[in-house]
Amino acid sequence: MSELRIAVPRGALFTDTLDLLDRLGIDTREVRENDRKLLFEQSGIVTMRPSDVPTYVEAGAADLGVTGKDVLMEQSEREVYELVDLGYGYCRMVLASVAGEDRTAEALRRLGVVRIATKYPRIASRHFLQTGRQAEIVEVKGSVELAPLTGLVEGIVDLTATGTTLRENGLVVREEIAVCTARLIANPVAHKLRARTIDRLLERLSGV
Amino acid sequence: MTRRSRPPDDSGDVRARVSGIGRAGDPPTTVDRIPSGTRDVLPDEMRELRAVTDRIRAVFEHAGYGEVYTPALEYEGTFARADTTGTRPAYRMFDEQGNVLVLRPDMTIPIARLVATRYPHTDLPLRFCYLAHAYRGVRPQRGQSREFLQAGVELIGSPAPAGTAEALGVLCAALDAAGLDSYSIGLGDASLYPSLLEAVGVPAQRRERILTELVDGDFVGVQREVHELGLPQDQSDLLLSVPRTRGGPEVLEGLSGALHDAVSGMRELHALLAPQVAKRIIFDLGLVRSLGYYTGAVFQVYDPASGVPIGSGGRYDELLGSFGRPLPAVGFALNVERLHIALTGEERGRTR
Repeated sequence: MSELRIAVPRGALFTDTLDLLDRLGIDTREVRENDRKLLFEQSGIVTMRPSDVPTYVEAGAADLGVTGKDVLMEQSEREVYELVDLGYGYCRMVLASVAGEDRTAEALRRLGVVRIATKYPRIASRHFLQTGRQAEIVEVKGSVELAPLTGLVEGIVDLTATGTTLRENGLVVREEIAVCTARLIANPVAHKLRARTIDRLLERLSGV
Repeated sequence: MTRRSRPPDDSGDVRARVSGIGRAGDPPTTVDRIPSGTRDVLPDEMRELRAVTDRIRAVFEHAGYGEVYTPALEYEGTFARADTTGTRPAYRMFDEQGNVLVLRPDMTIPIARLVATRYPHTDLPLRFCYLAHAYRGVRPQRGQSREFLQAGVELIGSPAPAGTAEALGVLCAALDAAGLDSYSIGLGDASLYPSLLEAVGVPAQRRERILTELVDGDFVGVQREVHELGLPQDQSDLLLSVPRTRGGPEVLEGLSGALHDAVSGMRELHALLAPQVAKRIIFDLGLVRSLGYYTGAVFQVYDPASGVPIGSGGRYDELLGSFGRPLPAVGFALNVERLHIALTGEERGRTR
């Protein structure tokens, strides 16, 4: 059985993360062959939604985890160590609005406040607070691109990798808020108690 | 388990099974909520908690630490005297005259006040212990509460390293008596990394930014900040490797220059520790101050059965001075509820 339990995000970061674990000498075949099972004792891998990774790692239910910087920014109060920028999963957190005249700017000028739809309410609030503008944040769970097209909001704050979805929905990037890549995080207690095992893993990581 | 029978937060899941109150049945006719992050303690748990605190109290008393109790309510001004970063009062109220009262966020500052006002001329050192509730505004979560029971000691007037060694000895004796097996104590120095940054000539504002990243546990951020300094490679490597350096006494060896001097205090302390204490220590050069008033040695209690530290402590050599009685001091506090969770976890063989 593995000495470390590692939280692996399903979704966009899944394959890259398993490839990385392979290179570190962790056997991920069982995980790749089985997309229903969640806990793999032999390799120490547990799979979950990216946004759940900090929850498991903070509580110590997993020693290490991989998740996006966007998730860590949104859940900034989590007490986890952010150890390594893994480099893959490159995305940008952007403010976007319908092409043509920027309706977010018009709303701010004439109404004093701009309505913004997002799955990242805290990142969005922080961005508008730090740039000294008033915003009404509307949290949505599904496709954010729909919100400005229907007049629910003037703009969106969302994560984009290639910009294709934005383009196809007639949206353009107005501001870049942050660049997000995959991060390796650790439970602070495990980082002390399993120092040697974790450091050996990090050494192999800097070697690949 | 029905949805209703499970408390909305806290560690109700485990406790409910232990005390047999988690069975589905007829729901109560009325449910009056209590504030999130607070909880009722029922007899089964209370008996277990009391057994733990009785054993800890006996250790404290045996070591010469007299138990004190201070009011849960203090004037806001008392806490304004100290740097309360990490332990700011979360609850304020007015008394009949319009004075602002706060619920104490820890016991160290009230005891500093007590020492300065009740013992202005007494022989030193002074030894006090407490088992008391403190109050903080935190996210309700397993083992984390607004109201929590602390068991701790304060040793006033005994400088480093002897005083620190005594406090660590009492800490280990208390954990041993409580029945915790697999704990370790992370030991660092709050002044080590700040003075290292100063020694390599990092300007004050930059130092603050790097320390903020380190306190947040963001090593990627530390790396970014350090690279932006444009220091020579060896200094840059040093600043990046020190916060990650943790392990047995060997991590204190083979150091050179500023770092060698910086850890001399930790080496002296290590030499004073009894073997049963020394074997528990993880030297951690990256451990930074969790509370604003810590000045020198800082420590945290870890157990494999708990994902969060179950206690912490450190030296606060300047705190008593802000109450008009400059004295070196050291203390620690155990979170009794977290300790209890770790004890039950060890019982069930939980190793992570």
